[in-house]
Amino acid sequence: MFWGSRKTIDMNYFPDEVLEHVFDFITSHKDRNSVSLVCKSWYKIEKYSRQRVFLGNCYSISPERLIARFPGLKSLILKGKPHFADFNLVPDDWGGFLYPWIKAMAKSRIGLEELRLKRMVVSDESLELLSESFPNFKSLVLVSCEGFTTDGLAAIAANCRFLRELDLQENEVEDHRGYWLSCFPGSCTSLVSLNFACLKGEINLASLERLVARSPNLKSLRLNRAVPFDTLQRLLIRAPQLVDLGTGSYIHDPSSEAYNKLKAAIQNCNSIRSLSGFLEVAPCCMPAIYPICENLTFLNLSYAAGLQSNELTRLIHHCRKLQRLWILDCIGDKGLGVVASTCKELQELRVFPSDPFDAGNAAVTEEGLVLVSEGCPKLNSLLYFCQQMTNAALITVAKNCTNFIRFRLCILDPIKPDPVTNQPLDEGFGAIVRSCKGLKRLSLSGLLTDQVFYYIGMYAKKLEMLSIAFAGNSDKGMLYVLNGCKKLRKLEIRDCPFGDTALLEDMGKYETMRSLWMSTCEVTLGACKVLAKKMPSLNVEIINESEQTEFNLDDRQKVDKMYLYRTLVGHRKDAPEFVWLL
Amino acid sequence: MASEKDLNLEATELRLGLPGTSDESAKNQTSATPRSNKRALPQESMTSNISTASKNCDQETAPHTKAQVVGWPPIRSYRKNSLQPKKSEAEISGIYVKVSMDGAPYLRKIDLKVFKGYPELLKALEDMFKFKAGEYSEREGYNGSEFVPTYEDKDGDWMLVGDVPWEMFTSCCKKLRIMKGSEARGLGCVV
Repeated sequence: MFWGSRKTIDMNYFPDEVLEHVFDFITSHKDRNSVSLVCKSWYKIEKYSRQRVFLGNCYSISPERLIARFPGLKSLILKGKPHFADFNLVPDDWGGFLYPWIKAMAKSRIGLEELRLKRMVVSDESLELLSESFPNFKSLVLVSCEGFTTDGLAAIAANCRFLRELDLQENEVEDHRGYWLSCFPGSCTSLVSLNFACLKGEINLASLERLVARSPNLKSLRLNRAVPFDTLQRLLIRAPQLVDLGTGSYIHDPSSEAYNKLKAAIQNCNSIRSLSGFLEVAPCCMPAIYPICENLTFLNLSYAAGLQSNELTRLIHHCRKLQRLWILDCIGDKGLGVVASTCKELQELRVFPSDPFDAGNAAVTEEGLVLVSEGCPKLNSLLYFCQQMTNAALITVAKNCTNFIRFRLCILDPIKPDPVTNQPLDEGFGAIVRSCKGLKRLSLSGLLTDQVFYYIGMYAKKLEMLSIAFAGNSDKGMLYVLNGCKKLRKLEIRDCPFGDTALLEDMGKYETMRSLWMSTCEVTLGACKVLAKKMPSLNVEIINESEQTEFNLDDRQKVDKMYLYRTLVGHRKDAPEFVWLL
Repeated sequence: MASEKDLNLEATELRLGLPGTSDESAKNQTSATPRSNKRALPQESMTSNISTASKNCDQETAPHTKAQVVGWPPIRSYRKNSLQPKKSEAEISGIYVKVSMDGAPYLRKIDLKVFKGYPELLKALEDMFKFKAGEYSEREGYNGSEFVPTYEDKDGDWMLVGDVPWEMFTSCCKKLRIMKGSEARGLGCVV
């Protein structure tokens, strides 16, 4: 009756709760952002029902504005320093501090439950405040962070009563020895995931055993170097339900009782799908894990420097279901051949250098990569540190694997040409971008001219992140990329001859991107100032590590490091002295 | 004596200059074997190819030193630090244990890190104390000598050197003692 003469149903007639329920099914950040743009009432409903927020750059918005925008926030992902900070190109104290976020959320009584951080500076104070302010806090994941000690972890352990996940990946943590683990109260039985592999110090082993024993939901456990073989065996007996295991020290006498016990315990762990660790390893003990290899989907041996190529291949022979493999280059090209013939389900391969500053004779070359591309057609993600690469190999790889989403190649000598033809690697990378239409992330290396950027601009239409080092001849290179890659979000460049013309040609482009990093290029201070003035929605930061102050510097002088990013809140207040905000 | 041709000196010779600009440099990049162990140093190729890179190069100019560019290769510091200590620990700290020999007036100290395995360790001990250890077998211990190498492990027990994997031995050995004569019999060796 009340529909009247309407032919269509007015969506706004639905009560808010119904729309909210519908929005619950929309989980991707992008989609939710779109939903909020439809109309005012949808904006409002989406705003109050939004629980998960992802901030790729913690300086793009302030904590206060975030909280005002999404008061129902429960799960936050924050990224701090620029990516090149991972490689020591960003000085300490640059920024990316967690504390202001915790303070603001605590003050506004946000019901924070999950926090995932990357490249942030996390102080013990912030961890303590976090542990005291959010009674329902469940999950803390820290990746490549720094600034905290095991005292901060102790606070998390002691105060977060419903903690499910404590996952520390590759952080620099000051270790005050193992008492933090004992701070988990006896009543804490909710742990699902515990990863402390990056801690360098001793661990209270008895506390660890008790903790695992009272955590029936524990699915993921990654130990550090200080956890010995015997303890591993006892832990496995208590946690046969594990899905993800990272061993600590894996050294024992294979003829001993403890070894046999471990073998038996592992055979009981038939849910393990992901294996890592072996931070210290005796190769003769590896056979104990063969029984679980056939079900592994993820194997990370990239820290197992004690395993040689033949041991690695012996192990891989058993891993037929592997989807992701992280390994050291001592596996060699032949070893990669074994991967190619065994791991037909392989989607992701990462080959790290075992000796980064000295390409030893066990390093891999283009041959290994070609073999993998021939044997593993599902390959879509690659990180490959190698001694050399040829255009022919890249062209072959492009033909064999058209599904690459991530393609990161690092030739250890940064401007090495094709060793067979002595040509730059333009054609090889050109083939990759032409063939892999879904490519989202690309890292280049080797000798490269402007031509490779021509190809990238022409073909890499879905590219979102590009990393360039020691490449190109002129501004044209950078312009090809800025003009052609419509989906570009992050561009990081070091040691390339790109200058002011390229930087200033299309300033509006940077508003469509998250950030741009340029170091040791040809960009001048004057150009940076022009850009900063014309684009108030961007923060243009110069990192200056020399003694000179801003006032002594000529506008014509080249800047060593420039980092610009779009932001809603203008200059940040926490920049140190050596960062100039233009 | 291998002839110069066999040694393939050209392939391993270091030269300065742009790769690809002359026949000689071209040869430098390719070699007789598919994989050359020597590669053009980043420093020498960079300073000739890229003018701006000189700011970032580390200061070593001697061609035989390994030039290290800041932030290259692009590996997280955490990972770099985890792998490299394998070398620097051996250079800096080492695993020094005391070695005593029955009847000798004073003890010695050796660094277990410098040895790759038991044969090397035994040879070093034999040289240091002028004795012969005899033939090792798992079943019978050291056969054919009145000297037996033993070690004290983490639990304080005296064990026969050679029974456990080398890595395990280096991680749990607290001190070494070369037992002599009748005392050594208890460990199952035959004199």
